Amino acid sequence: MVGTKVDEPTQIQGPGTVIPPRLEVAEDRRAGDEDFASLPNEISVHGLDFFYGKEQALFGNDIEIKKNRVTAVIGPSGCGKSTHLRAYNRIFNLYRDQRASGEIMFDGTNVLSSQTDLLDLRRRIGMIFQKPSPFPMTVFDNVAYGLRQHYRLGRAELSMRVEDALKRSAIWDEVKHKLNEPGNALSGGQQQRLCIARAIAAQPDVLLMDEPCSAIDPVATAKIEELILELKDKYTIVLVTHNMQQAARVSDYTAFFFQGRIVEFGPTTNIFSCPTEKQTEEYITGRFG
Amino acid sequence: MSAVAPLPEQAPLRHRSVASRKAADLVVKVLSWIGALFGMSVMALVLYEVVIRGIKAWNWAFFTQPTPQDFMSTSGGMANAIVGTLIITAGAALIAIPIGFLAGVYLAEYGRNGRTATGIRMVANVVMGVPSIIVGVFAFAILVKPLQHYSGFAGSVALAFLMLPVMARTTEDILNLVPNELRESGLAMGAPRWRVTLRVVCKAARGGLITGATLAVVRVAGETAPLLFTALSSPYWITGLFGPGGYFGGPVSNLTKTIFDFAGQPYPHLQALAWGGALFIIVFVLGLNILVRLLFQRGKEW
Repeated sequence: MVGTKVDEPTQIQGPGTVIPPRLEVAEDRRAGDEDFASLPNEISVHGLDFFYGKEQALFGNDIEIKKNRVTAVIGPSGCGKSTHLRAYNRIFNLYRDQRASGEIMFDGTNVLSSQTDLLDLRRRIGMIFQKPSPFPMTVFDNVAYGLRQHYRLGRAELSMRVEDALKRSAIWDEVKHKLNEPGNALSGGQQQRLCIARAIAAQPDVLLMDEPCSAIDPVATAKIEELILELKDKYTIVLVTHNMQQAARVSDYTAFFFQGRIVEFGPTTNIFSCPTEKQTEEYITGRFG
Repeated sequence: MSAVAPLPEQAPLRHRSVASRKAADLVVKVLSWIGALFGMSVMALVLYEVVIRGIKAWNWAFFTQPTPQDFMSTSGGMANAIVGTLIITAGAALIAIPIGFLAGVYLAEYGRNGRTATGIRMVANVVMGVPSIIVGVFAFAILVKPLQHYSGFAGSVALAFLMLPVMARTTEDILNLVPNELRESGLAMGAPRWRVTLRVVCKAARGGLITGATLAVVRVAGETAPLLFTALSSPYWITGLFGPGGYFGGPVSNLTKTIFDFAGQPYPHLQALAWGGALFIIVFVLGLNILVRLLFQRGKEW
């Protein structure tokens, strides 16, 4: 179970990664001109239904999550954004009365199949939650958690990879002298970046972010948005957000959810400039939701 | 979305009397003060009496000599009873804490609202309400009667039986306080459930769990009834594990039963020993409480 072999370390940037200054949202970064169909899919969802007990929360969701792109999921409260995201790593399995049906294709297999190895699935699809949730251990042990869980590592390589994950999460400079302090002694924004470091240390392919900025202040939010833009080079990111400006700032594709259905999905520029559905337009112009 | 309809024309609002509400507030405040004061003063009186009378019995002999075999002699102490109580209580803790902890983990993490868990929870609540003498009789029936002799171990089992539901329910309650986000975060890292439970959830609740276990020990440390038919009492030192004087082999001296025996004797010397023993139990329980609180206060931030 834990005996998974270590991936070739070549894909890891060495320590000393320079954090570039804050990225301005450039027009050419936009995915509007990309050929959507030709981009590789990381995850493709077909006919996803979700139930809380007898109550159905998602209805036939279809969506394609593109590799190395940021896909934002927006919509009013209770529309099923988080529920949708929580199906990708089967975290809902913690609760007996929740179940999903349909197809979530990831790396050639259906995530929802009973054959899926949840431990490996969750290694490959990491998750960041709304509330920062550092484990009750030191900063170092927090980041090392996934590494120790999934890989056999020597002490030196472990520290190297912890440092690397903290650097790539743009928090190294703030915590390098606090590695042995408890993780929850950090500020809220730092805790959230620590959680991101913890998730990326385990070498996932996908990062699911469930409103990662809703519990932290604007400055910390800006840092995390910046981080998302940097991380998409290596990871596929799905971001649930209440904040439409945030979706506009960081995402390439946007899906608009309403009452458990995906009303519209397309390049972020299109969704925000010329939405085709009336509901989408009303939502993004603030007329409801 | 829709504009709020204006209130229809009506008579102006009449104010309720502020004075009467203030008076009601004062009455409730005074009553709760009186209640608190009454409760506290009764407890203080008990404590005062035990300390004043008990401290007089505390001397070198009290902590080094075994209980007197000859009631007429004024020598002797409570040392064998103190040792016996510590051993019997520790034995009970060794049995009940691990089982109770695991049961609590099951209730909070796995069973939750399932039928099995609901059943176990109900049984635990019922057992918590069972008079301790019944528990003593139960231990007598399963361990003393079949083996044809009293034993300290039987006493431990009786106490463990009392501790078990307390331990299970406090463990459950404390684990339920751990936010679900922490469980989800652990599972989302690809860690198996048992690992998240032990290394993340229980670690987060560590301080509370240890306090809970201590409270469970404290709950039984002063019990007398379960020991009446099990550990019984003895004027001798415990001699080891087996044999007629041993933990498994025969009656073991203990504080509560000895206090019970001596307090009813007409000899002032024995009565004094009983007061001293009572004080010892109070100090032991209080000390354990304070110690755990001091040690694990910091644990909360983890």
